[in-house]
Amino acid sequence: MRELRYDAVVVGGGAAGMAAALALDSRGKSCAVVDREPSLGGILLQCVHNGFGLIEFDEELTGPEFAERFAARLADSRIATFLGATVLEIAEEGEEKLVFCVSPSLGGLRIRARAVVLAMGCRERNRGNIRIPGTRPAGVYTAGLAQRLVNIEGYVPGKDVVVVGSGDIGLIMARRMSWIGCKVHAAVEILPYPSGLARNIVQCLRDFSIPLYLSHLTTSVYGRDRVEGVEVAPIEDGALQPEKSFRIPCDTVLLSVGLVPENELSKGAGIELNPTTGGPIVDSTLMTSRGGIFACGNVLHVHDLVDYVAEEARRAGLFAADWLEGRRPRKELRVKVGPNLRYVAPGKVDPSRENKLYMRTMIVKNEALFEARLDNAVVKSVKKAHIQPSEMLSLSLGPAELERARPDSMLELSIQ
Amino acid sequence: MKEELTCITCPLGCRLVAERGEDGSLAVSGNRCPRGAAYAREELLAPKRVVTATCRIAPASGTRRDEAAPRRVPVKTSAPFPKERVPELLAEIYRLELALPVARGAVLLADALGSGVDLVATRSVE
Repeated sequence: MRELRYDAVVVGGGAAGMAAALALDSRGKSCAVVDREPSLGGILLQCVHNGFGLIEFDEELTGPEFAERFAARLADSRIATFLGATVLEIAEEGEEKLVFCVSPSLGGLRIRARAVVLAMGCRERNRGNIRIPGTRPAGVYTAGLAQRLVNIEGYVPGKDVVVVGSGDIGLIMARRMSWIGCKVHAAVEILPYPSGLARNIVQCLRDFSIPLYLSHLTTSVYGRDRVEGVEVAPIEDGALQPEKSFRIPCDTVLLSVGLVPENELSKGAGIELNPTTGGPIVDSTLMTSRGGIFACGNVLHVHDLVDYVAEEARRAGLFAADWLEGRRPRKELRVKVGPNLRYVAPGKVDPSRENKLYMRTMIVKNEALFEARLDNAVVKSVKKAHIQPSEMLSLSLGPAELERARPDSMLELSIQ
Repeated sequence: MKEELTCITCPLGCRLVAERGEDGSLAVSGNRCPRGAAYAREELLAPKRVVTATCRIAPASGTRRDEAAPRRVPVKTSAPFPKERVPELLAEIYRLELALPVARGAVLLADALGSGVDLVATRSVE
């Protein structure tokens, strides 16, 4: 088997992988990016809609444009890219990691490196994950699969569509399907509020007069060979009302019911995962439980903007460079996830420098107060005009807030 | 008269309140940046949308393309386009058949439907 050696290997060539690799390269580290697809860009390539890059480039780009700008930077760097190459396993041998890949052009390939950055992204939850009863006809797709079929492969997956869930990909696909001449009959969301961005409710549903059924459960899928419809029932005061159920005829069901970090490789490498995020547990440097293996982007936790993914991944790349230079934090504080927050990533901070934390709340609230407490004393508080679970929150904490931290201090973040 | 809108200029989605004065003026609040006020004015007076879609690729003569290569070219309007004319624009877009290679940023329809807005490719496809 062919063997190559780099300072670092980045697994995944989407936004996260490219940003991490560029950061490593900027610090003079040799670096390889491995991706199973024939082009760099990951999921961005099928996201032909706009809304990407407002933070990163200060302008509004489509997914392919965002991807190509990063890919162009890689082409101008010393970064090696292996495309059409699937990573099968990440193993350790002494101080080194071994990344095994296969590709039609290279056959088997073993890459040795002292650092690995995981940037595999996430995958969609599917019908099995949410257990919709009914028959098993053709015509049930995850929204992202339908997006790939329409935007890359040029197929129309159906004509009369119901979107189950109200995640952004489902909303974007409601508009996309409408614009290619299909009829989208409804979006059905189990929660009392939409899980996608407000702008997508406006420009993807309201613009097309597509009804959004909030607090409604999709109770069954009908159809023998092809989907013929779905049955939907309202939820009132937390209880399903089967007697108020109704049918929506359709030939296609698009599922937009959440994303989960894609961590099969991480599990194989013995990396500890956080059951709440589905991503690796990481320290203040985004390093997993395996020394020298870092994680960033949607494989760590599901982000809502690619700009945040790129920002986090750049940090992961710089931290991996620090690791290669033997630099580690002297002291770390554990972050406690306080009331009304679902998770905080990363779960540790380094009090000697600025730390950027991303988190999600569990509640919908106007005029919320976002607080960081060190040993029960408030060290930072931020007012938020509006918070909701679908919109990621961020907070920076540094020496100014954390200077009084003792080795056993407790840092707690909460939303009131 | 008060109208509530959600700004769609960027993913922040500010909740806007637009109040029409008796003199026809429009006062906008709730916006976190000036684009929000501009959006509210435009949305109430002449709504526009950035249109994104994909275009057909002309059948290649001679060499066969790689099976993994994309079969559509993604496109967008270079600026927001009048909302009520979007169906007309889409019909134009779906009539196009692009000869490869196409470079990102290439103008595929100049001054589409006389709107002053161009249709441009958003991915380089070879």
